[in-house]
Amino acid sequence: MAKMNLLQAVNNALDIAMAADDKVICFGEDVGSFGGVFRATSHLQEKYGRDRCFNTPLVEQGIIGFANGLAAQGSRAVAEIQFADYIFPAFDQIVNESAKFRYRSGNLFDVGGLTIRTPYGGGIAGGHYHSQSPEAYFAHTPGLKVVVPRNPHQAKGLLLASIRDPNPVVFFEPKRIYRASVGEVPEEDYQLPLGEAEVTREGSDITLLAWGAQMEIIEKAAEMADKDGVSCELIDLRTILPWDVDTVAASVQKTGRLLISHEAPLTGGFAGEIAAAIQERCFLYLESPIARVCGLDTPYPLALEKEYMADHLKVYEAIKASVQF
Amino acid sequence: MSTATRERAVHQLEFMRGDELQIPTYKVVKQDGTPYKGAQVPDLDQALALKIYRSMARTRVLDERMLAAQRQGRLSFYMQSTGEEATTVGFAAALEDDDMIMAQYREQGALVFRGFTLDEFMNQLFSNEQDYGKGRQMPIHYGSRQLHYMTISSPLATQIPQATGYAYGQKLAGDKRCTVTVFGEGAASEGDFHAALNMASVLKVPVIFLCRNNGYAISTPSSEQFAADGIAPRALGYRMHAIRVDGNDVLAVYAAMQEARRLAVEENEPVLIEAMSYRLAAHSSSDDPSGYRSKKEEEKWREKDPLVRFKNWLLKRKWWSEEEDSALFERERQAVLEALKAAEHRPAPMVDEMITDVYDQPTAHLTEQLEQLKAHIRRYPDAYPKTSGRIDHG
Repeated sequence: MAKMNLLQAVNNALDIAMAADDKVICFGEDVGSFGGVFRATSHLQEKYGRDRCFNTPLVEQGIIGFANGLAAQGSRAVAEIQFADYIFPAFDQIVNESAKFRYRSGNLFDVGGLTIRTPYGGGIAGGHYHSQSPEAYFAHTPGLKVVVPRNPHQAKGLLLASIRDPNPVVFFEPKRIYRASVGEVPEEDYQLPLGEAEVTREGSDITLLAWGAQMEIIEKAAEMADKDGVSCELIDLRTILPWDVDTVAASVQKTGRLLISHEAPLTGGFAGEIAAAIQERCFLYLESPIARVCGLDTPYPLALEKEYMADHLKVYEAIKASVQF
Repeated sequence: MSTATRERAVHQLEFMRGDELQIPTYKVVKQDGTPYKGAQVPDLDQALALKIYRSMARTRVLDERMLAAQRQGRLSFYMQSTGEEATTVGFAAALEDDDMIMAQYREQGALVFRGFTLDEFMNQLFSNEQDYGKGRQMPIHYGSRQLHYMTISSPLATQIPQATGYAYGQKLAGDKRCTVTVFGEGAASEGDFHAALNMASVLKVPVIFLCRNNGYAISTPSSEQFAADGIAPRALGYRMHAIRVDGNDVLAVYAAMQEARRLAVEENEPVLIEAMSYRLAAHSSSDDPSGYRSKKEEEKWREKDPLVRFKNWLLKRKWWSEEEDSALFERERQAVLEALKAAEHRPAPMVDEMITDVYDQPTAHLTEQLEQLKAHIRRYPDAYPKTSGRIDHG
């Protein structure tokens, strides 16, 4: 075991993936000798050469178009989009190409080797364009997998699994806790399963569901609720698509209550999909309406970021409202 | 080095204008089949020349018959490549059979040349259970792994940066193969085109960009698509090799692609080829060109028919005769009709295929959705005749 922050865990996963398989290629803006603006690709060019880790021109649609072709050729293309806010020029390549490559060709061709890494989320004074959490757009696209890790251990295992998964994966990295989240990480090569949620804390009164950096927020709220005698069960969804409805439903059948929290705006956010699916499966078990604690339906603000965010106090209030319903 | 721009200082204020650059057009033979004086004629043996011509003829016949079949209501949609066969067959003829082709949607000539059979065409066109694409895409979205022909995708220009990436992988693999991507002059307005050229040039990738400049993007004439001298000058801005060829001159296309391939594979130099031609047919079976261009204009281009030009060249070399020509077209018409009749009666794919290939394995919730759908079809079998008869058994 080694102590690593989330960035170091990402870097370590990339290093292991590249060492284990010559077909793994990492590229994106500033990814080469500089090692990325967050340093997630530090030293990879030194170790594996310019052919396998390199800068691209500043063109997201080109990066993902290139990545699709490289993956179709048989490489494991690991493309970085510097901020998730800048993924939209590549939206067509991801939604119309990556996601449909296998289906439209009847499995003659696929881009299963593709992984798109991108830092997402707020809380870093990044304003509109360095703060967004766009996972819901991609969750609406059959053919993609969408993965979000919550800590260094998860980041390494889920990223290695994403790179090796035979389907295209969009891997959102919680940049607010890139350095703040520190933990013990196995030094060896390991993978954590995609498509499986994890119960991170057992409880009996209410299920709290989140992913990525928002896990820290619901943990804090759960501790506050615990002092009031409310026992919270916590679930990290980990994979947004395809998502693990069974684990969530089993928990809600036990607790009778569900609260979902994400940073992205409420309307059209992935919490809505989860709420719909869970009320279908757990209608007779529910003791209160499914609660959603999310970002406001506004563009991500700068000066009033603290007010905007679905913080632990908002989650705590929603827990109380649910339990007292 | 912080910048790749080489400075040359001047001290008089002077702008450069785009129209100072005029790219010439490489032509080899005239319409009557005689080479232009001093023309560099590619070295081509009789067997290859006839394979090219037969492929052009089959493409012409296929397009004629399938549009007619569409008009008879036998298939939903079709796109002809009439007038552009010299470009689409000629480029494929200059490649190795395992060079990758990532085309747009009007390049059936390349597939014919590589040996995609009439049955394979028909199965795709009729979306039947033998279609490699399992009936998921509209007619003309062909693909063949065996023939190194990437399955067509409707969104324009997406294949262009993909070709850059594919070719990058070929370069790393060191297998001395290249990728050719084909697109129209309209698609070259998309951002993906520019992204692809710049990345190919910066990363030194063995990719060839073949633009079919056929004058129209549906109804929009090229004069309303760009102000510059066509597409070829754009390559120069990316520090790339470029050539403009007469796209109705199969020998010119072949020669240009042969040299482009050498540059790509031997020197890792990407190349742009702009083939000048004319879309003699409508954009698709859903389009009517009489609303945006004149019969007179079409007639002018009909006189430049690429099949006639190449046939004339073959006749002059005594490699072909009019009798053989008539027999070939008659044979092709019969073969197309037979394949058509066989394919249109093959059943649609099984409903189970709806959920395969979304992921490498169907997920639990897709399996659940399929079971719900099947239960529904069993309740209303008459409403879903394509699948209800085979829902519980193959």
